Amino acid sequence: MPAKAAKTPEARETPEAGETPEIPEAPARRGTLRIGVGGPVGAGKTSLVAALCRTLGEELSIAVVTNDAHAAQDAAFLVERGSLDAERITAVQTGGSPHAAIRDDIAANLEAVESLEAALDPLDLVLIESGGGSLSATFSRGLIDRQIFVIDVAAGERLPRKGGLGITSADLLVVNKTDLAPHVPADLEVMRRDAAAQRAAGPGGIVRETPLPTLFTSLSEHPGAPAVADWVRGLIVEHRSPAAA
Amino acid sequence: MPIFHMTRSALLLLADSRFPAGAHAHSGGLESAVAAGRVHDTATLHAFLTGRLHTAALVAASFAAAACHCENAETLAELDHEYDIRLLSPALRTASRRLGKQLLRTARTTWPVPRLNLLAATPDGGSHHPVVLGVVCAAAGIAPEDAALCAVQGAITVPADAAIRLLGLDPGEVSGVLAKLAPPADRTASKALTLARMAQLKNDFSMLPALGSPLLDLAAEDHATWEARLYAS
Repeated sequence: MPAKAAKTPEARETPEAGETPEIPEAPARRGTLRIGVGGPVGAGKTSLVAALCRTLGEELSIAVVTNDAHAAQDAAFLVERGSLDAERITAVQTGGSPHAAIRDDIAANLEAVESLEAALDPLDLVLIESGGGSLSATFSRGLIDRQIFVIDVAAGERLPRKGGLGITSADLLVVNKTDLAPHVPADLEVMRRDAAAQRAAGPGGIVRETPLPTLFTSLSEHPGAPAVADWVRGLIVEHRSPAAA
Repeated sequence: MPIFHMTRSALLLLADSRFPAGAHAHSGGLESAVAAGRVHDTATLHAFLTGRLHTAALVAASFAAAACHCENAETLAELDHEYDIRLLSPALRTASRRLGKQLLRTARTTWPVPRLNLLAATPDGGSHHPVVLGVVCAAAGIAPEDAALCAVQGAITVPADAAIRLLGLDPGEVSGVLAKLAPPADRTASKALTLARMAQLKNDFSMLPALGSPLLDLAAEDHATWEARLYAS
């Protein structure tokens, strides 16, 4: 650096003639598909993540980031029910604001995802599970490629009608615990119709070209969540094709 | 190539607790203090923050000011080492490096200038937060005295935000506590700047302040083992 240039901060940032200093960049994406799994407390997010790990674990290299205060419990559950190695699970603390950690300030989650991708390279899939949040808690596009929003039948037949960003705009809506419908009681047809209506239109009621998909699941009847696993497989194929780049 | 001129707006952007660099998930030791009953209302919060001002805030601010001045990677590595040996708790060392890494990542997209490359050669865990903060301030066109102020603000607003969430304190009253602490906060930042300049003149960073809080160090070690916690530190 020329001595005279060191007087002002702007001069300090000016490169010498002919020099093209590298502008620092965020770590390059490694080709891992990042899927966020959000939804209210008790909807079955951790159970769905465990089911996906178990079903897809043979064909894909998977890691999980959790956002819950009970990190050790979540990890033990994923190791036991998801057949996942403990080193493939990282816990992130959210300061009691799950939506902040996945949307407003994604720094800790990004760092966790990047560390897992670096340590387990090549990694096919990272599932980022949010802490139980409100119906409007959705993931930042800076953190994930696609997001699943999980609600459950036991929360009541009218839930899909309430809308909220998760229900109206997540890439996949999962309505879990269909086996409990007769006990609630909840009419699955009503839920199906309301969910379809919410997912057919975007913000402001503008009709989407293609309605967003919704899947009804029961992890006690189908412990492997085969329909959701198929949806993830489709995304992996799409993500790997050169056209997606 | 973007160039960032001296601006007060950049300081406000970086000092805002909404600046997305991961601080919202840290409580600066407050989660432990609340659990132990040491902080339970605005008066005890005021006492806790006063303690932070005279210890962690002064140390962090003097390192941020020194790092803001610094224009070569070797000196920054030396600063980083000096800060490292001032943190007695391994849990706090990890938290500080992690926060530094997250701040650097956010700064890369906020103020993408070569100055940030000075931190590229640091070890895998990343540099300590106050060191990164100083370099980020330089990249953003923020002067060393404001870098010190920013570090002081961070040291007291992080636990204050956590107190609102953990204790349900009236957010207006917590702002009142922070307002009362504004003059001593300014004095801490000025003192930190003076200490950083002295260390620089003598070319000896071991002169930078080394104040600690043994109870916070012990509590941080205990906190890291909790089965359920909302905050990372």
